[in-house]
Amino acid sequence: MSAESENKGDGGVETREESRNGGAVATNGEHLVDLYKKMILVRTFEEACQRGFRQGKIGGYLHVYIGQEAVATGFLDAYKEGDAVITAYRDHPHALLLGSDPKNVMAELYGKGTGIVKGKGGSMHLFDVKKGLYGGYGIVGGHIPLGVGFAYAMRYQETDHICQLYLGDGAMSNGAFHEAANISGLWGKDGMNPCLFIIENNQYGMGTSVERTTAMTDLAAKFDAYGIEHEKVDGMDLEAVLEAAHRTTEQVRETGKPYVVEALTYRTAPHGAGDFFEKYRTKDEVKKWRERDPIGLLEHKLLERDELDEDKLEEIKSEMKETIQEVSKFADESEEPAMEELYSDVYSGSDEYMGEE
Amino acid sequence: MTTKNLLQAIGEGLAEEMRSDETVMVLGEDVGRAGGVFRVTQGLMDEFGPFRVMDTPLAESLIAGAAIGLSVNGMRPVAEIQFADFIPPAFDQIVNEAARFHYRSNGAWSCPMTIRVPYGAVPGGALYHSQSVEAWFCNTPGLKVVAPTFPADAKGMIKSAIRDPNPVLFLEHKRTYRLIKEDVPEEDYSVPLGKARVHRGGTDLTVVSYGLMLHTALEVARKISNEYDIEVEVVEPRTLYPLDKETILDSVKKTGKLLVISEANLTGSFSGEIAAIVAREAFEWLDGPVMRLGAPDVPAAAFAKPMLDFFVPSAEKIEAAMLELARY
Ligand SMILES: Cc1ncc(C[n+]2csc(CCOP(=O)(O)OP(=O)(O)O)c2C)c(N)n1
Ligand SMILES: [Mg+2]
Repeated sequence: MSAESENKGDGGVETREESRNGGAVATNGEHLVDLYKKMILVRTFEEACQRGFRQGKIGGYLHVYIGQEAVATGFLDAYKEGDAVITAYRDHPHALLLGSDPKNVMAELYGKGTGIVKGKGGSMHLFDVKKGLYGGYGIVGGHIPLGVGFAYAMRYQETDHICQLYLGDGAMSNGAFHEAANISGLWGKDGMNPCLFIIENNQYGMGTSVERTTAMTDLAAKFDAYGIEHEKVDGMDLEAVLEAAHRTTEQVRETGKPYVVEALTYRTAPHGAGDFFEKYRTKDEVKKWRERDPIGLLEHKLLERDELDEDKLEEIKSEMKETIQEVSKFADESEEPAMEELYSDVYSGSDEYMGEE
Repeated sequence: MTTKNLLQAIGEGLAEEMRSDETVMVLGEDVGRAGGVFRVTQGLMDEFGPFRVMDTPLAESLIAGAAIGLSVNGMRPVAEIQFADFIPPAFDQIVNEAARFHYRSNGAWSCPMTIRVPYGAVPGGALYHSQSVEAWFCNTPGLKVVAPTFPADAKGMIKSAIRDPNPVLFLEHKRTYRLIKEDVPEEDYSVPLGKARVHRGGTDLTVVSYGLMLHTALEVARKISNEYDIEVEVVEPRTLYPLDKETILDSVKKTGKLLVISEANLTGSFSGEIAAIVAREAFEWLDGPVMRLGAPDVPAAAFAKPMLDFFVPSAEKIEAAMLELARY
């Protein structure tokens, strides 16, 4: 596997033959344009978050998905109602792409009562169970065993749902990851673990590169140790992601066996919105990856195939800007949460709160 | 003597110990090249190189466990857990291994290791970047838990922690890192573990506090001295476990009243331990109920600003509690 799927570290990625050509999924023009709009939604939303952070309207820790849009956009296109999606703290796109209202997501980041979790969680801890988002998690690696449990329950209850489990390269150093991958492989032998592991390999965990984290840098191949099959995909190329996403989600749904796709991608934004000094990577490296920006790549394809012209692209972007301006305005003007909410939902099964101030 | 804030003082203490003892090393997530997320370890990798200052993978259990292995084999590791909230995977290594090594090996082995742990609520920290975890560890004989608040103390205590033959959990309140500057001695000195500090003498009541709450308590104590002529004696344990009971009891025997303030969820917090000791050993001297202030028993310092402000005991709440007790 490693020979045919090597990350060249400069943004150029070789992936499996099927993935490279767009493969089995017919990606008609209309569908691609639709997904292009979704990527613009995510990018525009994330840029508005960065602005909100600079203006001091968004506090705390903020992590954006800029540069990685093709990954979640592609995989969540293959989402079916009833599936579970679980990810770490870089979680805004997952919520948006599953259909959470951007206004409620932004309001959460602003710490408002209209937020998706009433202002209690903030950027890293989105939750929207109705839409399939089983949480963004701030404890890196901590969510991985949970996803494997979700997947078992789905099969036990004889549904054909699957769990899309997103994890970062950094999370794979954590013990929780290895414990979970091990049991997932084992349960998968009996068709009891429809879990699709989606590695968002953006090359770094904070300021530490994959090379400085592990001697075995082929992350997907780590799953060999647990009997789980895997492949890599060029995470900057939406069409490639899309093909892998539809094929592998269907496979997992059918077999009940876990599977792994390592998406090779890059976050061109800093790790967190407050990180100004980036000593761990060169400007040149960022620039090289930016040349393969997933949105730029898709625009290029759409233009080349005459699906859209420059004017139409501009129109989509400026419409989205207006939409997101409304979103930010909604968040800004929303009321702060009621203080009773601090005490609500501490225990379930009874509305009696047991503690006292 | 130059003035330094808390994080600079701890960084300087670390560097000095590394200069004077080649077995001292630092490990943790992004502590090297990046200099730590709070910049405490800034400059250490440049000065001491990658074999003594190590960026580890994201693996807290490993960080604590490897430090144990290093420490029983002649090293003096200083491990950093980036945020206290991330310490649970390392809990097993710290509590079940490090704390018991000396006891179970007939004293043959000890773990001279230090684990630095930034803790406490910060704006926007929410569920996983705000917790106060001291109570989890103050029920673990064999482990020392220290929580200095002022820069000069912290520099002296990081040195003592590194030199101590036992595992030491070194708690640093994140919101106090840059809160104040004070004179910090340049020459070699240390501040002993296990000794409390009396910040201000008083006759009307004793307040015991640490971390951000200590700063607030001192401010309120000054205020009510000016406004009401009420004199609060403020005691900072500095080391939580083992606790310097004597200093606290001496103070309470003088004032007859005790208020303990911390930022942890109130039920089961370490304040309860202090209250129990005083209730038993200074009972005859008490002129009022032993009081505690802490965070409400909810799972997190929630994200929204008003919720955070409500979660952390405020100057107003502290003033009200001090006045209530003083007038009892
Ligand atoms: C248990 C735990 N340890 C450390 C951290 C601090 N931390 C936050 S993000 C991060 C890096 C994670 O990298 P990766 O999984 O690759 O995700 P990415 O940021 O690249 O999306 C670290 C170390 C944390 N949140 N949780
Ligand atoms: Mg990463």
